[in-house]
Amino acid sequence: MAAEPHTALSVRGVTRTFGGLVAVDDMSFELAEHEVLGLIGPNGSGKTTMINLISGALKASRGEIVLFGENVVGESAHAIARRGVARTFQLVRMLESMSVMENVETGGVFGHARRWGAELRDHARHNIARVGLAGKEDEPVGALTYIDQKRVELARALAADPRLLLLDEWLAGLNPTELQTGIELVEDLRSEGRTIVIVEHVMDAIRSLCDRCVVMNSGAVIADGTPREVLADDAVIAAYLGDAHV
Amino acid sequence: MTGTEKTGLAVGAAIFLAAAFVPLLSGGYGLSLAVTVVMYAVLTTSWTLFSGPTHYISLATAAFFGLGMYTVAALIDVFPYPVLLVMATAVGAVLAALIGLATLRLSGVYFVIFTLGLAEMVRQLVTWVQTTMGTSSGLVVLTGIDEPMIYWQLLALAAAVYLASWRIGRSRLGFALRIIGGDEVVARHSGINTAHAKIALFVISGSVAALTGAILAPRWTYVEPVIAFSPMLSFLVVIMALLGGVHRLWGPLLGVIPFTFLWDLVTATFPNQTALMLGLCFLLIVYIIPNGFAGLIENLIRRRPLLAG
Ligand SMILES: Nc1ncnc2c1ncn2[C@@H]1O[C@H](COP(=O)(O)OP(=O)(O)OP(=O)(O)O)[C@@H](O)[C@H]1O
Ligand SMILES: [Mg+2]
Repeated sequence: MAAEPHTALSVRGVTRTFGGLVAVDDMSFELAEHEVLGLIGPNGSGKTTMINLISGALKASRGEIVLFGENVVGESAHAIARRGVARTFQLVRMLESMSVMENVETGGVFGHARRWGAELRDHARHNIARVGLAGKEDEPVGALTYIDQKRVELARALAADPRLLLLDEWLAGLNPTELQTGIELVEDLRSEGRTIVIVEHVMDAIRSLCDRCVVMNSGAVIADGTPREVLADDAVIAAYLGDAHV
Repeated sequence: MTGTEKTGLAVGAAIFLAAAFVPLLSGGYGLSLAVTVVMYAVLTTSWTLFSGPTHYISLATAAFFGLGMYTVAALIDVFPYPVLLVMATAVGAVLAALIGLATLRLSGVYFVIFTLGLAEMVRQLVTWVQTTMGTSSGLVVLTGIDEPMIYWQLLALAAAVYLASWRIGRSRLGFALRIIGGDEVVARHSGINTAHAKIALFVISGSVAALTGAILAPRWTYVEPVIAFSPMLSFLVVIMALLGGVHRLWGPLLGVIPFTFLWDLVTATFPNQTALMLGLCFLLIVYIIPNGFAGLIENLIRRRPLLAG
């Protein structure tokens, strides 16, 4: 199973069922290092489940997930996080009783870069600043607006110095101005050469941010290519609009 | 170390030094109350070490405490006392690790029920073994260890527990536990082995409770399951910790001191209604001061910034 050295993630024939429901059905795709991959598809097509499988929140029923050359299927979430995988959640998850600072520090202590003390604080402060929250370090996260909580989540993921970053609808629920800011932020990450999987419904974001797109429908891959290619694909259009429109 | 930490350490050391003189100034009833206060200080502080940040309420304190006490009572004629203290601590650690492994997948209310049920099971088991294998309902503990010596041992243990808790609170492990208490999913995806972290703290907490039971064994010349494994002990520990406040290291102590005196009064006045009184105290505390005395004090300080400065 000699994966190419530049392959960050390789999903091979992965299936996940919930009782009788096949949420992810024999999925396969690859992600090269420094690549930004869009994972798109209609509601309920299995995108979040795929993210949960990669990050170890769920175990695959079948198939292989190869991270940086090693099969990690069956590994628990904390072990995968220690391999350098960081994520955000579709529904924001804040540590309510903690400050912005502590929420972000959480990312930097237990992952593959294990920081502590002054180094951790500097690192957290740096990541808080880069998501645009400088000055709010000591605020309780409960007092923040929705977009600011999303920023905290991104900063927490970045504090882990991720080798692979998984963003599950990080841009959802933002107003147009915030969306623009959000896209610029991810654009920045992309230009740093980070390896990212973006789950997104906002088409503008997908066009401007992704090198490649994998389109899912009912748990399976229905298209894989550049954003321009897949968005012009008949099967993709049918999946999004319903077969009647084709 | 920051300035406030140094002050805290100095104040703590002064309190311990002063407390060490209690047996020289007071005997009998006074000393007996002091032993109870220090015993609960140790039990609540070590309970809080695990249950404070994780919000996993353990009702198994009596099981650890009782096993520790029984280790000493059963083997006092076989091994020297210091060896028994080590053995009791190990027994507590093993039991805690087993409970931890068994309850990894349980959360919230299931953990509470499990620990309560387990403590009861251990008690029944010891009672059964005692009545079928032994010739009496209890064990005779005859040692040369008197009340002042028990007190000093407990005080030394308390000092160790406070220092250890303080160190853990500032460590990665302490931070991990707080994150687990906040959101276990976030904890796992941040790279925390939540199972290891929880078991590690529960083992520390359980072995301290067992050691406390072992130190107290010589206090009674005759040890019975009713004394050693009293479920009341588990509840009292929870109540005192909540009364004091579990968000601060010094919180539980603020609950222990007044409650020990109050409880002494209550049990003397209503010797047959202790369970009812315990329930009432619990309701009052949870409703009136949900964050304990420590929370009250901190709110007061926050409202009067002059005092805080
Ligand atoms: N833990 C679970 N238990 C049972 N069914 C689940 C679970 N998680 C997801 N599913 C089901 O799997 C299917 C795929 O869900 P998933 O959340 O992965 O979709 P999605 O593509 O992320 O959708 P959306 O765009 O709405 O976020 C859905 O039918 C969902 O109900
Ligand atoms: Mg989703």
